[in-house]
Amino acid sequence: MLEVIAPGPLTSVQDLGRPGHRALGVPIAGAADADALRVANLLVGNSEHAAGLEFTLSGPVLRFSGPRVIALTGGNLDASIDGEPVPGWRPVALAAGSELRIGRVVLGARGYLAISGGINVKPVMGSRSTDLRCGFGGLHGRALRAGDHLPLGRSESASGRSLRRKRATSQRRFVAASWWVAATGDLRGDVAWLHVLPGPDIAALNPRVLRVLRSGTWIVSRDSDRMGLRFEGPEVPRVVVPEQISAAVLPGTVQLTPDGRPILLGVDAQTTGGYPRIAQVIRADLGRAMQLKPGDRVRPVLVDEEAAEGLRRLRTCELERMRFAIAMRLAED
Amino acid sequence: MSRSAAPSLSGWRIDTYGDAAIELRCAEQIGDASSARVHAALAALRAAALPEVDDLVPGYVGLTVLLRDLPRSERERVTATVKQIVAAAVEGADVAPHRCVVIPACYGGSSGPDLAAVAESTGLSEAEVVARHVAPVYRVAFIGFLPGFPYLIGLDPTLAMARRATPRTRVPAGSVAIGGAQTGIYPVASPGGWHLLARTHARLFDPDHARPSLLGAGDRVRFRAVDAAALAESTVEIVDA
Repeated sequence: MLEVIAPGPLTSVQDLGRPGHRALGVPIAGAADADALRVANLLVGNSEHAAGLEFTLSGPVLRFSGPRVIALTGGNLDASIDGEPVPGWRPVALAAGSELRIGRVVLGARGYLAISGGINVKPVMGSRSTDLRCGFGGLHGRALRAGDHLPLGRSESASGRSLRRKRATSQRRFVAASWWVAATGDLRGDVAWLHVLPGPDIAALNPRVLRVLRSGTWIVSRDSDRMGLRFEGPEVPRVVVPEQISAAVLPGTVQLTPDGRPILLGVDAQTTGGYPRIAQVIRADLGRAMQLKPGDRVRPVLVDEEAAEGLRRLRTCELERMRFAIAMRLAED
Repeated sequence: MSRSAAPSLSGWRIDTYGDAAIELRCAEQIGDASSARVHAALAALRAAALPEVDDLVPGYVGLTVLLRDLPRSERERVTATVKQIVAAAVEGADVAPHRCVVIPACYGGSSGPDLAAVAESTGLSEAEVVARHVAPVYRVAFIGFLPGFPYLIGLDPTLAMARRATPRTRVPAGSVAIGGAQTGIYPVASPGGWHLLARTHARLFDPDHARPSLLGAGDRVRFRAVDAAALAESTVEIVDA
């Protein structure tokens, strides 16, 4: 059992989402930075599909009723267990009764906590993810509140056994592995470069408008969330933005709204829409895009299919290498 | 009627949608003809259950096929397969018989705060607006935007109205509304720019139900006007057409 002492600004139960129901208008939801949750789960010996917690800008304070192995990933974090700083991107065995305090997300917008055994809320339509907008899944279809209790699954994996034994035989409240994995996606730098492919409605746009959209640096605005990122940026020439016949929109789709501002749709976005779909952020950059926070600067980089394929391969290889390395380490530990 | 007379689905345009999906389009205009083609293609692709396909999203004039994370060469191969399946799909085949869902709704007053404005702008009486809204048998083109939200075809053209200049920040769940030439029902509370004519207690979306969405693409819908007192006890009727 996991007790929520303080929830943080927006903390919710998420797994890899609820695919396959968009024809019913149901968004995928799930971890906005899916690779970060995958890696956190692998580090504690869970399936990549296990449910963990996603927190935004700053994290929760939690108490564990039993001993568990945890891992923190996503943006860089300030975290401590019973007052002692705890590092991220590695397995950490903690004692029953430990209080985990997750502070600010220092780099990026979102962090992830995986717990051995996973969070065992009831799956809804095949997923434990919280659909925050529609109010179902996760814990009562909402963000966590102080006083909530989350059921945890049985930890059946043998991995992390020596780490748990080391913790149990020491006097310490927690023991962190001496190894760690490198963060997925680089969140540093003055300007985030997002690679985009042309969207299905790009032909509907005035080329002059496109030029402005492409050449500018865009600043993520405050009204950004899991549904989408909005941007402030260069003055877009005032032209009529032609409304399209409503059609599918996806996470990563960039639409142009009638006020001339782009919006980048996130994992909780609606399934269909009528604003022109001018660009699509490539899959390899989607998790990184969802780590952008208000005030961050973004530069769109239009790529062709070949370049997108190269970037896709790089990311796939990186993830595969990480899976292998973690499996090897856990087997040795 | 003979099935052999049904036209085959040729003339689809197929495009990439980033590296995430492919998009098929069969018409430039909303209508029953394009909807029938979309529904036939949807049924054929569902039946094929391609392992490379993550999800299928029907629209008014086309269908979007979401792909798994695949190399480009694989995406091209799947695109060719999808093309073949859609070209071979036959309208009317493999489509479940249409259901007609009769939805009780209370028009005007606090249930439909924009009824008076719609009446004024169309030059009709409120009673006439209601009569024209309950008369048609609407067709569900597809479900989208929100879970269970039906995009309905068949609105009386005299009731078509441009969206509100300023969208409401909160449209209550169950609101029956008009936006442009479309009419629909908000399954959950949401911001929205449509004109609110009526309210229903019908539950359009229940994630714990075996069939989470009350309505599906191809279903028929009728509205039945009931007064505020009768709304709570009135229930949805489903008749097989």
